[in-house]
Amino acid sequence: MSLGRDAVARGIRLLCGVRELPAAELPAGPCILFANHSSHLDFAVIWAALPPALRARTRPVAGRDYWEATPFRRWLAGTVFRAVLIERQRVTVATNPLEPMLAALDAGATLIVFPEGTRSPDGTLGEFKSGLHHLARGRPSIPLVPVLLDNLNRILPKGEFLPVPLLGAVRTGPVLAFDPKENKNAFLARARAAVAALRGPT
Amino acid sequence: MLNDRLTLSLLGGIGALLALASVVTAVLKSRQPAGQPSNVVANLDARVRAWWAMVAIVAVALAIGEIGTVVLFGLLSFFALREFITLAPTRAADHRTLFWAFFVITPVQYVLVARDWYGLFSIFIPVYAFLFVPIRSALAGETADFLARTARTQWALMVCVYCVSHVPALLMLQIPNFENGNARLLLFFLIIVQLSDVLQYVWGKLCGRRKIAPVLSPSKTWEGFVGGVLSASAVGAALWWATPFAPWQAALFSLGITLMGFFGGLVMSAIKRDRGVKDYGNLIAGHGGVMDRIDSICFAAPVFFHVVRYCYT
Repeated sequence: MSLGRDAVARGIRLLCGVRELPAAELPAGPCILFANHSSHLDFAVIWAALPPALRARTRPVAGRDYWEATPFRRWLAGTVFRAVLIERQRVTVATNPLEPMLAALDAGATLIVFPEGTRSPDGTLGEFKSGLHHLARGRPSIPLVPVLLDNLNRILPKGEFLPVPLLGAVRTGPVLAFDPKENKNAFLARARAAVAALRGPT
Repeated sequence: MLNDRLTLSLLGGIGALLALASVVTAVLKSRQPAGQPSNVVANLDARVRAWWAMVAIVAVALAIGEIGTVVLFGLLSFFALREFITLAPTRAADHRTLFWAFFVITPVQYVLVARDWYGLFSIFIPVYAFLFVPIRSALAGETADFLARTARTQWALMVCVYCVSHVPALLMLQIPNFENGNARLLLFFLIIVQLSDVLQYVWGKLCGRRKIAPVLSPSKTWEGFVGGVLSASAVGAALWWATPFAPWQAALFSLGITLMGFFGGLVMSAIKRDRGVKDYGNLIAGHGGVMDRIDSICFAAPVFFHVVRYCYT
């Protein structure tokens, strides 16, 4: 299984022209990777770019409404990527989206979250939703790592199903410190700026 | 196609040259003061290693035969195209057009080379792909920046696919009294165009002073240009035995190849500067991307192909 996963990761890296991230650039323990979102490939590309040891315990956070809509998506999200599925629409106390994420972190998983909440149609960085703040406040000791995905919106834009093999990039920034005294909007603006700062020259 | 003595001699010559380069690099490395590795030597080391790999890949492709050569250059076109389009801004509306460019137009062009179908090979991209690209993008309904977007895709196909495909197309030429020698013609072309790049760099490092185009490419100097072009042409003349040409003809062809190669490098640099990058990619350690290595081939190959075809077939 691990060989199979390595081969899939290699295939994704080849298709999208990204390189494996050096382990030294990422925290050793569980962390929260938060990234911009413009393509269905985003999660798979981050997953494929992670060093193998970290990849094995990384889980994406995804919307239950979308990923449980068909058997194929359910298989992809559940079996292949072991996604933490959360409620986006009918959020009640019983379906609080925070609980499964905190549980996954407590179990030692690294989470990939897309704080914009949905894919950007043109690659621009949208406003961050408050989920990232709730997550950070829930586990303030877990490092928050900003991730920028470059060009993925051109490889597989929203609404397309065939990828064009351009060169993408995955870049990570320094850990974003969490300050419990900072208000939510200031924190979200700072998190968004940390992702935006990773954008390359073009 | 590696079964004749002359082809093997050419490859042996390249191997000897690379062995010399490896020895020189090793000596330079050993003379470095301890604890102060030089970037220039490290880059030279990476480049020489990459050259060994590139020569080995070309040799394997030629050993497999025409099909191996066509597949190799088809892959080079594919990688060059992805580097080029990555740098050239397109919109979401071009997505399907680009899919056609990568997965239909590029393979078809190389199938035409493999089938020796000269008539369609020489017009497929300049006529049919040229017209198809704007039609497909127009159907997507986005008008913003339309002409520039279309032109970028057409340019990418011409430079990365059409021009590069003229290298394996050298194998389809039927030159009288030169049967089974086309692999040598192809090797001759690759040696001259790449050696010219290397020699221009070396001459430039040794005695380069006056810059030719400081904005476009700060490393290109008149001294490097003249020294590189003349010495590569001299090598070309000395390799006349591998070609259907007389020595003076081999020198003229080499001169043409080196000049077109120089202009290719200059034009592709202009595009890089405009986009604010130094290299097209990072696939080949020490060299940059595929496009950085084959920029001179793009411009030299079609001209070499057509002049040889006109004069010798």
